[in-house]
Parts: sequence; structure tokens; C-alpha cells
Amino acid sequence: MKKITPNNEPLLTSDSEFEKKDLGRRDFLKFAGASAASLAILSVASCKKDRDDDMDNGGKGMYFGSGDIAILNYAYALEQLEAAFYIQLVNNPYSGISDMEKAFFTDIRDHEIAHREFFKVALGAKAISNLEFNLSGINFSSRASVLATAKTFEDLGVSAYNGAGWLIKDPKYLLLAGKIVSVEARHAAWVRDMIDNGSFANQEVVDSNGLDLAKSPSVVLSAAAPFIKSKIDVKDLPTY
Amino acid sequence: MNLLNVFDQINAVDPEFSDRISPRREAIKNLASISGKVTLAAIPFLISELFKKAYGATAPTDVNGVLNYALTLEYLEAEYYTMGVAKAGLIPSGRPLGAITTIRDHEVAHVNFLKQVLGNKAVSKPTFDFTAGGTFGNVFSNYDTFLAVAQAFEDTGVRAYKGQAGILLGNRVVLTAALQIHSVEARHASHIRQMRRARGGGAADQKPWITGSNDTGIGAVVDPIYAGENNVTQAGVDITNLSGPMGKISTNAATQSFDEPLSAEAVLNIAGLFIKA
Repeated sequence: MKKITPNNEPLLTSDSEFEKKDLGRRDFLKFAGASAASLAILSVASCKKDRDDDMDNGGKGMYFGSGDIAILNYAYALEQLEAAFYIQLVNNPYSGISDMEKAFFTDIRDHEIAHREFFKVALGAKAISNLEFNLSGINFSSRASVLATAKTFEDLGVSAYNGAGWLIKDPKYLLLAGKIVSVEARHAAWVRDMIDNGSFANQEVVDSNGLDLAKSPSVVLSAAAPFIKSKIDVKDLPTY
Repeated sequence: MNLLNVFDQINAVDPEFSDRISPRREAIKNLASISGKVTLAAIPFLISELFKKAYGATAPTDVNGVLNYALTLEYLEAEYYTMGVAKAGLIPSGRPLGAITTIRDHEVAHVNFLKQVLGNKAVSKPTFDFTAGGTFGNVFSNYDTFLAVAQAFEDTGVRAYKGQAGILLGNRVVLTAALQIHSVEARHASHIRQMRRARGGGAADQKPWITGSNDTGIGAVVDPIYAGENNVTQAGVDITNLSGPMGKISTNAATQSFDEPLSAEAVLNIAGLFIKA
């Protein structure tokens, strides 16, 4: 358990955020569970009573910054993860991959690299470093494993941008997020159709109001945590 | 009363007036030619109708404006798919009909959701002409035309929502809901593009994502829907100068990897082609 390293300050400081904080604690427990898979990540939602215990490493992880910068780094981290996955996929295609699948996975790889490199340049000195990932749980020789992972990443990406949109303060960044999220949704729909034609927007991702998933940064990061090897410090990343 | 003088005066203060009513430009000519035939009392009515067409659906400036703008587009899509699904023999049964039915259900859900949010502020449903005045005359008898127009609607929808996000900045409930609809439209667009690809012919090269401007194979008639999608510069960064897997990011990948917004004026001009009243 010692790899779990909560940050120093509680993310939510207002008293009225008590309920949200409680949710944050639940996310924290997810992190704790994930630690069994030797993950080392700083919790996005810590709790005050942990701040002085020996689980506190003083915030040595990669610092995402605060406000919009933190959100851009959060997007950058997710794009890095997706790019790493598709690079490995295209370099080691599963046997029997169709021409169309190979062409479209190559397209998607290039899109994710474009997103990754864009954030890197746009963030400049404020960009986090290259993250290390743990993709060992993915069987790249298995079409089913690859498609299932792609579906997870794409749906997660869509829900991440949808859920973080209202936290963004600068309309230019919001527009950029909007330009990217619909491309991720196009990917998600295609990957889903490769698994089961017609599942592009099924009930797993679209509710009875016709709305797609939207998830808070803390929820998204806990889902991505098993794939992220590097320590990250997201204590100032806006979330809810 | 000199109507043409009135139009000249409007053009003087609003040079875009005739662009606003561009799909209806014929109406001006018609108005001029019939003005001698109708009673003077009827003319103010004709003018107000014309103004409503030009300005009635104006670019939104506030949250309710965005929601009503979205509602208008969702009315369009919902009615389109409802009519398509109801037309016997148009959509092949099995997976195609299943997919279009799924999309119809989402668009109907969007209409109901937006109406519920807007309450008594909701605009009423316009009367649509899905042939766009005869441009797509066989839209409900030819499956390929039906899919082509569906793709145009979905790609327009994705661009339309994106263009209004700034007005909803920081609005947890409304911005989040708009984004949640926006990505569903993108999922639809992706699937319709795959359906068209599977049909082959002129659509055989369709990809789930947009390459350059107007990759649809539908023709110049949909150029306004894809205008600007060939943009490769994001926030001052030329994407084609970034490192790609081998050398630089290609121009195709640069345009595919970012969907572009469309202004409300451009969207309303497009939607206006399909709106009778």
C-alpha cells in the first residue's frame, strides 16, 4: 500500500463541497485498490487526515499545474496514453487484421500523435514530461483484447473531455477540447462497430436523454491509473 | 411604397442582409414582381415574413438562445430520421434499419430533453422540406441520397454545437449536456460515414472522420457544410509541422484529428435550405 501517495492539500476546500469530497474519498479507495497492480500515482482526491501520515511523499510526482494548465496537462496525459497504445498496436498488428482495420488504426494513431504533440507544443514549459505506461495487460496479438482496450480508451476520452469542459475557464481552450472530443467520439463509434456493428452509441454510453458519458477528472484518472506507471501530482487539477 | 428601396436601405446598414436570406433570394425577386399584384395591405405581412426568415432564427447570444438553436437542429434531425424509418422499403431491414432507428431515438430524445430544459421558452418545430427545394428530390425514395443527407446533417450538427460552446463557458449543467449531445452526434456521423462506405460507389472512400474540406462525394452542394474543415492550424500551432510517426504529421491526419466549428450564421443558412416556415 505504500505506493499510494496522497497529495498534501485537499483538492476541495469549501465546506459546501463535503458531499463531493466524500465521492473523492471513494475514488481514493479505487486508487488504493489499483495499487495492488503496482501502480504509483498521486491521488487526485486526498483527505485531510492523511496529510501528515507516512503515505505522503511530499508531492514528487509530475506536477500538472493548476487551473486550465492542469486540465490541458490532463488531456495531454490521456493523449499520451492513447498514442502509446496505438503506436504499439500498429507496430504489432494482430494476425488477420483487415486492410481497413490496419488503415483506420493507423489513422487513429496519427490523430492521437497529433493531439499529443499539439498539447506538448501548446503547453510549452508547462507541459508534463513524457509519461511511462504499463500496457502489459493488453494482448496485442488478440483482436478482441486490442479492440476492447481501444473501446475503453476512446469512450474514456470522450467522457473525460465531456466532463472537464465546464471546468475550463478560457474559451479558446474549450473550443480546442471540443475540436478534439468529437474526433475521439468518431474513433469510439468506429471501434465499437468493429466489435459489434451497430454498437456505436449503444446504452453503455448513451442514456435515455440521448446524452453521452461525462466523467470528472478524478474518476477518469482512477480508470486510467492501472495503465500509468509514472507518478503524477494532480493535487491542483480542477475536479468535482 | 418602394420595396426595392427598402431592401437597398437594409443592405446599406446590414451588408449581409441578402446573404442572410440567400436561400430565399428568389423571394425578393418574387416579392418585387408580385408587389404590383397584391393589395397594399398585404405587403407589410410579406415583409415581416421575409424578415422572419432572415432574422427569425438569429445567431444565439445567450444560454436559452443556444438551447433553442440546438433544439431547431434536433427537430430537423428527429423529423428526418422519423420520416426515413417510417418510409417502407427505404432503409434495408436488419443492421441498417437498426442503426437508423437508434439514431432516430437519440434525436427524438434530444428534442424532448431540450424542450424540457427550455420549458415555455422552447421554440416550436419549423416545417421542413427535406428535399431542400428539390435539390435532394429522391431523399425518401433513394437510400443513398437518404444516407448522404444524413451524413450532411450529422457533420453539421457536430460543427454547430462546437461553435456555441463559448457562450456556455463554465455552465456545468448546460455546457455538459451540450457536450454530451455533441459527442453523440459525432458517433452518429462516424457510423453514417461507415454505412455510406459500405454502400461503395462514390462513397467507397468515406472514413469515419473528416478529411480536408468536403470529402463526402456528394458534390459542391454540401461545400458550405465542410468549409474550413481543411484547417491545419490550431491555436497558432501548424499541426503539419509537428513530429509524426514518420517525419511530420500528414496534412490529411492534421485535418482529420481536429473537427472544426461552424458559425451559427453558416449553420442557419444550411438549415434554412431545409426549413419551409
